Amino acid sequence: MMKVMKGIHSADAKLTMAHMYVAFFALLIGATAGLMQTLVRSGKVTLPAGIGYYQILTLHGVVLGLVLTTFFILGFLVATQSKTAGKYSSGERKWAWAGFWMMTAGVVTTATFILLNEASVLYTFYAPLKAHPGFYIGLALVIIGSWFVGFVIFHRHARWRKENRGERTPLLSYMAVITMLMWQIATLGVAATVLLQFLPWSLGFTETIDVLVSRTLFWYFGHPLVYFWLLPAYMAWYAIIPKIVGGKIFSDSLARLSFILLLLFSIPVGFHHQLTEPGIDPFWKYLQVVLTFLVVIPSLMTAFSLFATFEARGRELGAKGLFGWLKKMPWKDVRFLAPFIGMVWFIPGGAGGIINASNQMNQVVHNTIWVTGHFHLTAATSVILTFFGIAYWLIPSMTGRKLTAKMNKWGIIQTIVWSVGMAIMSGAMHWQGLLGGPRRSAYSEYAGNADTASWGAYQIAQAIGGSILFIGMIIMLVIFVNLAFFAPKGKEEFPIAVVGETSGTTPKVLENWKLWIGVTVALILFAYTIPFIDIIQNAPPGSKGFRLW
Amino acid sequence: MNMHKYEKIWLLFGTATLLIFLIVVGISAFYMGNQPPSCAVTLNPEKVHATAPFDDPGLKKIGDNEYQLTVVASAFNYDVGTDDKIVQIPKGATVHFNATTTDVVHGFELAGTNVNMMLEPGYISTYTNTFNKAGKHTLLCNEYCGTGHHLMSATIEVVE
Repeated sequence: MMKVMKGIHSADAKLTMAHMYVAFFALLIGATAGLMQTLVRSGKVTLPAGIGYYQILTLHGVVLGLVLTTFFILGFLVATQSKTAGKYSSGERKWAWAGFWMMTAGVVTTATFILLNEASVLYTFYAPLKAHPGFYIGLALVIIGSWFVGFVIFHRHARWRKENRGERTPLLSYMAVITMLMWQIATLGVAATVLLQFLPWSLGFTETIDVLVSRTLFWYFGHPLVYFWLLPAYMAWYAIIPKIVGGKIFSDSLARLSFILLLLFSIPVGFHHQLTEPGIDPFWKYLQVVLTFLVVIPSLMTAFSLFATFEARGRELGAKGLFGWLKKMPWKDVRFLAPFIGMVWFIPGGAGGIINASNQMNQVVHNTIWVTGHFHLTAATSVILTFFGIAYWLIPSMTGRKLTAKMNKWGIIQTIVWSVGMAIMSGAMHWQGLLGGPRRSAYSEYAGNADTASWGAYQIAQAIGGSILFIGMIIMLVIFVNLAFFAPKGKEEFPIAVVGETSGTTPKVLENWKLWIGVTVALILFAYTIPFIDIIQNAPPGSKGFRLW
Repeated sequence: MNMHKYEKIWLLFGTATLLIFLIVVGISAFYMGNQPPSCAVTLNPEKVHATAPFDDPGLKKIGDNEYQLTVVASAFNYDVGTDDKIVQIPKGATVHFNATTTDVVHGFELAGTNVNMMLEPGYISTYTNTFNKAGKHTLLCNEYCGTGHHLMSATIEVVE
């Protein structure tokens, strides 16, 4: 029977694959939109058939930032949970499917209104730009559907704890719970603004909207959103890559501690996206800047753990000297190479992030295309290359096929193409941003002054980088389709690393959810209560809606 | 929880660096006054043209080589008080920017300077800058506001 060849229970594998089909279809649409944007902004190309630049920009953001990421992450977490905690009950599976279909229906609804040009408001949908209610309804369905899948992940973890009283939970199962916990707490903000502000307003039940409240709720969600992309990559870096290189997890307890710290310091930090906004008190801006920077600590822990694992493994294989272990790494294995290149890109990506969140330096780069360059390094390179690295074994493991040497080679080519394309595109974006070039803008000569005219060359470089990335996307899709439908049948390993001997015991307190949820909520209340009351008490008259596209 | 000796050193060093960084940022903000724009003064977004100083946008001299520039942003235009959308200021002048929007959120970015702030309906945004070099700076919108977003611009010309 072929069924036993799959990495996890076959019904769970089907659930994961459903998420993956949507995710990779989103990659096709979103990256194509991205190519068109870079071409338009080079000033050499205009879009045919009355398609608007901001229409495809909205599509690009929604489809890649919300659809590709959320579907891939949920599919991956569903699989790791089934692998490490055991298969789902049929009840759990039904709830997860309900969530999946709700999300998919939401995506179709939102995409439809974007394509009908009823919602060119970009994926941040800042009020008082007012889209068709269908756009907001679709987004709400995606969020609520993801909650269903999240609760299934929680439920499976809780069931494991009941079945194995007193034992340490599987690391990946624990990390999946933290990832979803952060997501559920953070999405409360965007759900609140969509359901209580945007929807009644766009349906005509309320006349005006409080702009600053909506932006504050959005960014309460917007920053944890980027950690929601990052945590599954961290899961792979901590608990899967060590197995692929043949090593062990450096420390179970430190891995858990860093996830706890990421949960605590990812949410009460949204103001660092709102530093240049007039309605927020500078003291609270600074306070959230401080909280933002505390994620430096778990980030340093992660960097240490990863390289310690690599070095320990290299020495085990006989490496000598300070950097001898580098030679012992499995460079020709794409399951290692793609995520490793992702890690390397995270170094400049993280450094750029420090600049962005710095209270004053943000002034120089806020809303310039530097920011776009930044998250194309972090999300669209570090995270996405790690996700591709996961896909190379996860997809065949779910479909009962094998990653062949040929596909492995194409994966390596893909990784290189992606890195080269991104180095050119993101590099040009960073430089142009420092010179003042704005993000989210179609080609323009502005007032014809020398300062804006000097940006042309960077915009052409972005189009070249974007074109290379488009080729990289096509290669990835070919690999995906091969692994999903055509690769030879077999059993592909679902790599899960074990904890090293030197790891020591894991303190029980790390699994005390009441405590950590309590601290998370306390930090959020501390960072937001007073400024939020302030924002509401000192609010100007609300805004009517505008349709300016 | 056992922690490797090298990891302890690494984290100690990292955390100490972070602490110094945050203190520097804090001193810069609260002692030296380098705060991000946080004016927090409100007005009725539908009555901008009837509210001083936005009823009369443009450059006003308020002191010795000190000016106030009042700007009203709307889709897709900056009203800087001149027909050709060029504002000339003498070299070395300190300019207090005072801006708001009549409709959606706009950006207010003066390329090549640190003047960079959000304009939100109902709020006044302010920032001060001293211009020590002659030349032209383009004022442009860096927050998406609709199809004509990239067509919003004006020029601040610093003259000898």
